[in-house]
Amino acid sequence: MTRVARFVLVLGLLALIAGPAAAAEPVKIGFLIPVTGPAAAYGQVILESVTLAQTKLAEVLGRPVELITSDSHSDRIEAANAVNRLIMRDKVVAILGPMSSSECLAAGPVAEKFRIPLLTAWGTNPLVTQGKRYVFRTCFVDTFQGQVAASFARHNLKAQTAALLLDVSRDYSVGLATFFRKSFVAQGGKIVATANYSEGDQEFGPQLAAIKAQNPEVIYLPGYLPEEPLIIRQAREMGLTQPFLSADAAQADETLKIGGAAVEGLYLTTHFDEQGAGSEAGRQYARDYRQAYGRGPEALGAQGYDGYLILLDAITRAGSTDPEAIVAALETTRDFPGVCGATSIVDHDAVKPAVILQVKQGRFQYVTTVNP
Amino acid sequence: MDALQQIINGLTLGSLYALIAIGYTMVYGILRLINFAHGDVLMVGCYIAWFGATMFGLPWWAALMGSMALTALLGVLIDQGAYRPLRKAPRISALITAIGVSFLLENLGLVVFGGRPKAFERPEIFNQLLQWGDLRVLSLSLWVPVITALILAGLLFIIHRTRLGMAMRALSRDLVTVQLMGIDTNRVVAATFALGSALAAAGGIFWAMKYPQINPLMGVLPGLKAFVAAVLGGIGNVTGALLGGLLLGMCEILLVAWLPELAGYRDALAFVLLIGILIFRPSGIMGEELPE
Repeated sequence: MTRVARFVLVLGLLALIAGPAAAAEPVKIGFLIPVTGPAAAYGQVILESVTLAQTKLAEVLGRPVELITSDSHSDRIEAANAVNRLIMRDKVVAILGPMSSSECLAAGPVAEKFRIPLLTAWGTNPLVTQGKRYVFRTCFVDTFQGQVAASFARHNLKAQTAALLLDVSRDYSVGLATFFRKSFVAQGGKIVATANYSEGDQEFGPQLAAIKAQNPEVIYLPGYLPEEPLIIRQAREMGLTQPFLSADAAQADETLKIGGAAVEGLYLTTHFDEQGAGSEAGRQYARDYRQAYGRGPEALGAQGYDGYLILLDAITRAGSTDPEAIVAALETTRDFPGVCGATSIVDHDAVKPAVILQVKQGRFQYVTTVNP
Repeated sequence: MDALQQIINGLTLGSLYALIAIGYTMVYGILRLINFAHGDVLMVGCYIAWFGATMFGLPWWAALMGSMALTALLGVLIDQGAYRPLRKAPRISALITAIGVSFLLENLGLVVFGGRPKAFERPEIFNQLLQWGDLRVLSLSLWVPVITALILAGLLFIIHRTRLGMAMRALSRDLVTVQLMGIDTNRVVAATFALGSALAAAGGIFWAMKYPQINPLMGVLPGLKAFVAAVLGGIGNVTGALLGGLLLGMCEILLVAWLPELAGYRDALAFVLLIGILIFRPSGIMGEELPE
């Protein structure tokens, strides 16, 4: 044990000595993701994909890019602390992250205070960028995602009635449920039941019983792992046969593994799918990812990949690492050829297509693409 | 029918809490130590069973037995390494050490097993869907209370009918005096940790069968809830832990069933119950009045 510790210490010292000796001063970018905690599974996917992006593009303005990875512990307070640390101690010029909307809402004000651009590729809740000058996002907004889900339920699934089952402890889930409800009702549908749960819950019998009693035609479940597949399994065990419609956070291997036969038929709205990749960039990314990690890419990773490239693109166009110049360049991002499709940033939010998938034969299968 | 369904749900969840709470209460009864690492020992137990079942292809009962044995060993090692050196230290030091062990196990779990949840296979015998009219019950939901009852009966037998149990009961009265009587207290304490940890593994494995995923932080919430259950029932009392667990499980399920808009406060309910019992009946349902 002590030998390992000593080895790490020596490595660390070597890095300290070697660091300043490099020719060009690196461009420091903070990279804030959940490495530990309940969302660590997602953080792992993102880390792999952004690492891949960095091997593809490791320089900006003729200087090497140094990603300083920081752990949000899947916790909003830790996320805010980490932003503080990245800016104060590590002197980063911009931050990529954090992941969940709740973390973004906590981290955003810190970035605002220090006037450092913060670019999330995952926080889809509209409040994340609202009224902010330095906070941007490269993923679509939940108003759009909720609307896409509602239209799909209403027109493709021909549902008159729907039930909502939402995680009240996550801004993401509450926001999506709200926009789904608004859009579904506006399109002549009816919400017949709403039930709540919280992160970490494992028993959903009572909520599902309440929904079963109302017999909706479709159940909208904008959930996270690991609750989501547990809910669907319990629902099938209780004899609910309605289709579930979910959102981007459900697109992970664990949904299939933990859900098993129960998640068969599940629909979800998301950012990226290998089969539905409409652009050459997307297909190339899928090939590279498979080659590097031996399995298919996931949306969260593709989003991170785009976030990294869009940030570097903005720094290139800004011609400097001055935060104000980066902010101005981010705001003028137009039709960036990202792996998830053409991405523009309008009013701090990304405008880009959404993909609808369905689980068939234990795999996510592409259904359709919805353009904004 | 709906009410019956909810009661079965509550009974199953309560039995799981009870299984875990018994381990808490046994250690507390003897050492007056709240072993906050108990929930994380449970997590390790689940991973051992998972490895046994998926990597070595063991049948579920063999994985369960193997995991209980290895987890018992882990409990004994934790006691030897972390708690025994502090036996004479103030109680608060041992408590803080317990929290440290808990963090150690959680983060070791993250490093060794990875943060992504793993799917836990449910054996066929527990995966039957029983149906009477509108009522649908997973066979596991009925097995869990039965198994809990059997384990509790076995434990009560050990505590009240064997020499080891007698030593345990004596130890819980007065550790110092018992030492003077020529009883090897370290062995009795080790046996307590072994029993408690094996029960945690069993509780955890049935938990993982009911909610079929495991991850390195899975023990945190069941651990805390089981602690509440143990205090509700009167910490230090094994039958009390069972009652506390059932009460807590029932309350949680019924809260969500009857007041669905309060579902988000389900965890809060457990802690409100804890605060309530500490204010109005600190010794719990079955606890004895503690002399000053």
